[in-house]
Amino acid sequence: MTNEFVLEAITREFPDSVISSSEPYGMLTVEVKKDGIKKIIHYLKDSSLEINFLTDICGIHYPEFPEKEIGVVYHLHNMMTNFRLRLKIFMSRENIEVDSLVELYAGANWMERETYDFFGIKFKGHPDLRPILNMEDLGYHPMLKEYRLEDGTRTDKDDAMFGR
Amino acid sequence: MKDNSLSNILNQYESKEQIDGQLYTLNLGPTHPATHGIFQNVLTMDGERILHAEQTVGYIHRAFEKISERRNYAQITTLTDRMNYCSAPINNLGWHMTVEKLIGVEVPKRVDYMRVILMELARIGDHLICNGVTGMDAGAITGLTYMFIERERIYDMYEQICGARMTTNMGRIGGFERDFTPKFHELIKDFLKTFPARFKEFCTLLERNRIFMDRTIGAGAISAERALSYGFTGPNLRAAGVDYDVRVAQPYSSYQDFDFIIPVGTAGDTYDRFMVRQQEIWESIKIIKQAYENLPEGPFHADVPDFYLPEKADVYQKMEALIYHFKIVMGETDVPKGEVYHAVEGGNGELGFYMVSDGGRSPYRLHFRRPCFIYYQAYPEMITGSVISDAIVTMCSMNIIAGELDA
Repeated sequence: MTNEFVLEAITREFPDSVISSSEPYGMLTVEVKKDGIKKIIHYLKDSSLEINFLTDICGIHYPEFPEKEIGVVYHLHNMMTNFRLRLKIFMSRENIEVDSLVELYAGANWMERETYDFFGIKFKGHPDLRPILNMEDLGYHPMLKEYRLEDGTRTDKDDAMFGR
Repeated sequence: MKDNSLSNILNQYESKEQIDGQLYTLNLGPTHPATHGIFQNVLTMDGERILHAEQTVGYIHRAFEKISERRNYAQITTLTDRMNYCSAPINNLGWHMTVEKLIGVEVPKRVDYMRVILMELARIGDHLICNGVTGMDAGAITGLTYMFIERERIYDMYEQICGARMTTNMGRIGGFERDFTPKFHELIKDFLKTFPARFKEFCTLLERNRIFMDRTIGAGAISAERALSYGFTGPNLRAAGVDYDVRVAQPYSSYQDFDFIIPVGTAGDTYDRFMVRQQEIWESIKIIKQAYENLPEGPFHADVPDFYLPEKADVYQKMEALIYHFKIVMGETDVPKGEVYHAVEGGNGELGFYMVSDGGRSPYRLHFRRPCFIYYQAYPEMITGSVISDAIVTMCSMNIIAGELDA
């Protein structure tokens, strides 16, 4: 199974969903529209491609791109042929909602809770979407880039000289 | 899939009086010796039988992913070894391999072999503790005390590499800070000579022990299908019969050079998880022997002056070395933009590092795929319907490490 073969299959089945693709460090990475993500992952799982193992879900934040501010990255795996695939979706802060994968993968439950906890991404259809690692009454999503690691009011901690 | 929701379970009881009379809630944890870490299980019990379980994690969440976004690449090593602290070198070296993949460094063969030796030692240490404690939770404390001695001997070897014993800062980007010391050679030779006989004793103590088998066979079983759906990897998945191992599927650090097998179970129960780890220890010894006997000569680090700290003596005498030292410490080295996912076979499964770099001194985003976090959500399903003593042994045999669970 090659990157071209899988990309072609996804493009053929979901011509309207695929936005772009690349192969950073050899791993096929496809950016798709967020409305199609569940269908695509369902297709990858049940079709002859057999990419049926959900390795990981995580979020990412790009504050400088308002239309594509919040992203979700899915890592999928076909264990038989050892083929790995990365899917990405992006959304704006106003419309921060995407379909949950819990119906397809039991393991998506906590991964999505973690992503919700850190980035505030709401997963539609998730049975129990609560923060998991942080306190439930924390009230914000700390992995967003607007929250600094250190107390922003302290001057002795100003590390502007050392990168970000 | 059976409906394990609390309301469904309660509906099976005829009246409220019956529920009031029989059911009670038990808080197992957050701090309880049997939970092996700080996490909580709220169990709804009917006598000794568990009807419903709900876990709470996050008590020691230390925001490693956030902290990583402000640290340079070398500094993140110390965060990784605080995740699965039972096999810290695997985390450390896995992290270094991820950075090397990003910056495109090829390490010398000797480094690869040294890494294999240390990662397999770490795996042995991890499995020894997991299996020793599984025995202890089933009532046999002797095995644990014996195996702790062996684990200490592994720690003695770590000490020779990096000075630390538990939370090791093992290796550097591009290789190791120093070569194996003469004392290390002495220790590992002695270990390879004496460990198999001592481990054999541990095997005879538990593997065919009637009481231990009665306590573990059939307890906390999970099918291969469910395990895959939950995202299991490592010994827990192999116990259910799936022969997936990152070391074989996607060899890193010259694992393809060594001859070893992947032990698999059939039932996915506590006994199988225990036995898979036992077998893996034997395989690890095999790998270490092969790697140590064929350890190539040559440099113990790659030539990456942008990331590998120069010798201290050179820093004092050579301008070039001083510049590189300064650049590395201040994190001013150029890193390519891009994203990379690298997975290694950790002590308890596929440990993945997903990193997005924007070319800055720190990763733009770093996400750890922590196997414990993935396993633990299956725990209620595995213990519902069993008695509490089985639940304890099951938890241990899954090798749940609180540091990795919460990260």
